[in-house]
Amino acid sequence: MSALTIRNLTKTYANGVQALKGIDLQVEKGDFFALLGPNGAGKSTTIGVISSLVNKTGGEVSIFGYSLDTERALAKQKIGVVPQEFNFNQFEKVFDIVVTQAGFYGIPAPLARERAEKYLRQLGLWEKRDKQSRTLSGGMKRRLMIARALVHEPELLILDEPTAGVDIELRRSMWDFLTRINGEGKTIILTTHYLEEAESLCRHIAIIDHGTIVENTDMKSLLEKLQVETFILDLARPVTEEPVLEGFEVWLKDSRTLEVAVPKSQSLNTLFVALADQHFEVMSMRNKANRLEELFVRLVEQNLPGEQAS
Amino acid sequence: MSAYQQWVAFLTIVTKEIRRFTRIWPQTLLPPAITMTLYFVIFGNLIGSRIGEMGGFNYMQYIVPGLIMMSVIQNSYGNVVSSFFSTKFQHSIEEMLVSPMPAHVILNGFIVGGMVRGMLVGLIVSLLSLFFTHLSMQHLLITITVVILTAALFALGGFINAIFANKFDDISIVPTFILTPLTYLGGVFYSIDLLPEFWRTVSLANPIVYMVNAFRYGVLGVSDVNVYASLGAILMFVVAFYLLALWLLQRGTGIRH
Repeated sequence: MSALTIRNLTKTYANGVQALKGIDLQVEKGDFFALLGPNGAGKSTTIGVISSLVNKTGGEVSIFGYSLDTERALAKQKIGVVPQEFNFNQFEKVFDIVVTQAGFYGIPAPLARERAEKYLRQLGLWEKRDKQSRTLSGGMKRRLMIARALVHEPELLILDEPTAGVDIELRRSMWDFLTRINGEGKTIILTTHYLEEAESLCRHIAIIDHGTIVENTDMKSLLEKLQVETFILDLARPVTEEPVLEGFEVWLKDSRTLEVAVPKSQSLNTLFVALADQHFEVMSMRNKANRLEELFVRLVEQNLPGEQAS
Repeated sequence: MSAYQQWVAFLTIVTKEIRRFTRIWPQTLLPPAITMTLYFVIFGNLIGSRIGEMGGFNYMQYIVPGLIMMSVIQNSYGNVVSSFFSTKFQHSIEEMLVSPMPAHVILNGFIVGGMVRGMLVGLIVSLLSLFFTHLSMQHLLITITVVILTAALFALGGFINAIFANKFDDISIVPTFILTPLTYLGGVFYSIDLLPEFWRTVSLANPIVYMVNAFRYGVLGVSDVNVYASLGAILMFVVAFYLLALWLLQRGTGIRH
């Protein structure tokens, strides 16, 4: 069963900006799905329409088979939304925010309090339950919004940039949490600028740019499309000019650092043999960008209006 | 949502609203108590003793019902306009918009929240007035009805104002330039029968005249206008404002892109 089905979704804002130009998307139940795109691509508009914060211009959206047009209340019961911006009352207490949100879904107070405790504990916020939300750190505020989105126990959780501005340790713990609830059966859709996050968490991915879906596939198939991977090599000894390596593009970034573009048709063994032949000793190697990031940049570049794919 | 779930959601909003205005009681409950006490002391005691009778009652007794209504009007309006605009400003309105709550539940919750504050302040002012004068209730049912309808009407007015407001200035324009003059000229401090014919006729176009007089009739048993026509007119405005507010909320005016 599809958790989310979008058909020919369009959105034109009052100022004439066409944010969505007829997108189609399907997310299966239990999936961990990434929706990626540069700023202004249409990600937040798409999430806004799904969560009823933005009125669509045309098209259809259904959640677990319930149409947002004709069965809106049933559709909304199935979704939990974690927005990009903090959108809770800054003067309310943490516990009250979560309990009140449960009330908006018609959950009676005793059960709402029980659920609020459960999710605040799971997200490490129980000790802060009596604090005004404005006193929380940025990471805690993000976790509060996740607890709030889960309190009515939705089947589909949508997170818009959930780890933006969150430190590495907290980001990892948030990833673990999301992986765990996905393993328990919750469908998750996230947008992120950290492509490492999408690559390590998500099984399917859609890339949106200029209001259209430019790629929609599973992560493995997408990464296989990456034709060239760029590596940074740290050299043992300083050099004055880059080596000439047949079949590879090489740039000398500084006297001890080489950047090498390795086509999919070439093996790394060939690269190292060629370097060794020219007496270049490599001490360490890393990806310039993660694979998804490299692919993402290429796809978005291809989609630039008036530019040809290189 | 089932009827029970809608009831829970409605109570959630009302509770949230009551929690909000009681948490900031020095801004919401204390100022009207102080202002009205000053009115009682200055207009009722000091100046009122030189004015003598009005409508067959001493001046203090005459102005008390009007001042109670003034408190109800200002606080019902003020609660909803500031609370709903704050939820827009802080984007916490999104908490409600993503939920399955129908628009009428959201509207009812805010309106009842505003009415509770208006009527609570009205009660506080009524109790304070007892330190200055004696009040006897002539028509209890009419008194209660007119307070409820007036509180509902101005809570709805505050809601519509908040929907169209884009900045904090926009929520003070109506109270400052429309509500306050209409209230002061609405027969709170005088009987409109004292006015020259022309200005008396003009005053009849002021809706607050009908609310103040209907309430005064409930408390003192005197009115410058027909009480039942007043109640009918207020009810008609409540229905019209409710339908307008609901329509605006359903189409997402000022709150959805």
